Amino acid sequence: MKTFSNFKKIATIGIIAIALFSFLKPSTLDAYQIGDKVENFKLQNIDGKFVALSDYNNYKGVIVIFTCNTCPYAVAYEDRIVALHEKYQSQGFPVVAINPNDPEAQPGDSMIEMQKRAEEKAFTFPYLVDEGQKVYPKFGATKTPHVFLLNNEKGDFILKYIGAIDDNYKDAAQVKEPFLENAIQALQEGREIKVTETKAIGCTIKTK
Amino acid sequence: MFKTFKIALFLSIIFIAFTSCKEEKKKNNEIEFSTWTEERIPIMDYDEFKPMIQVSGDKKLHVFNFWATWCKPCVEELPYFEELNQKYDEVEVTLVSLDFPNKLSSQVVPFANKHQLVSNIVLLDDTRSHFWIPDVDENWSGAIPATLMFSKNEKVFFEKAFTFEELEQEIVKQLK
Repeated sequence: MKTFSNFKKIATIGIIAIALFSFLKPSTLDAYQIGDKVENFKLQNIDGKFVALSDYNNYKGVIVIFTCNTCPYAVAYEDRIVALHEKYQSQGFPVVAINPNDPEAQPGDSMIEMQKRAEEKAFTFPYLVDEGQKVYPKFGATKTPHVFLLNNEKGDFILKYIGAIDDNYKDAAQVKEPFLENAIQALQEGREIKVTETKAIGCTIKTK
Repeated sequence: MFKTFKIALFLSIIFIAFTSCKEEKKKNNEIEFSTWTEERIPIMDYDEFKPMIQVSGDKKLHVFNFWATWCKPCVEELPYFEELNQKYDEVEVTLVSLDFPNKLSSQVVPFANKHQLVSNIVLLDDTRSHFWIPDVDENWSGAIPATLMFSKNEKVFFEKAFTFEELEQEIVKQLK
């Protein structure tokens, strides 16, 4: 009987805690946290083919970037995203870009507009459509650009870093802390990542 | 005859007093639009901005809306902030533009004039967002629109776009 009342007490506290927590952070409660395993996803690329996370099983990791055509902050990072892919693909960490916006809410992010933008900026990495907007909530992405660094640990992709590419959205030359590159380097050298989460201004993900 | 005149005079005095009083009150409430220029919109870094969002102990409800001219949901909710700023005397709205500073004259000023904005406007320009976003509110991911409200009693933060009803409800709640 006593164990049962204890159980009830714990259950009540648990329910209150969950209710409180979900009230505080409704959209990110179930999202991946640092250290979590990321589920496989399969999304359509701008060339019509499908790309899955599991296609990257032979790489050391993946840089997942939620980005779009229409956000000035995302646009400000386009050249840097291209450069990141060029630099880190050969080192085992390619970029996979995902556009999380609903094109009905943001026509500038339709498949055709994505194809145009990718051609203009010579994207050499996949630029995927989050059809049905099912992938970004799992990551807890709230804005564009929003970066998630995954490390391949024996076939499991483990989330290692969440946040900004660096500390200066305006000017790549003025960057003092390249947060993402620091994290990749730490992974490569087997060191602990010092800063695992950073915050940056971005555009809300557009939903209908 | 003279008595009727006296009554009429009395009534008209009351009427005049009443209407003029009402007019005066309306003038006090409503902020009049005056043309925006670059000089009226200060560009601030976070160190300069931070004192503005410190609880000051006055009787006002301070509302800071983080927005940008390119942010569609921000632009959609902006009229609600404007309207409620006019409606409630105790509410003071500041629109914190996160537009790039080189867009001040080409985007922000024309926008403010086109929409005849009457709230305060500042442009926050600080690339150290990793430092100042959590300083504004620890739960803010950095997405806009976002809104900070505080009175001498309480500070609340919202990372979302409001409908008019939601915003008025929240303001009324905070005013109590």
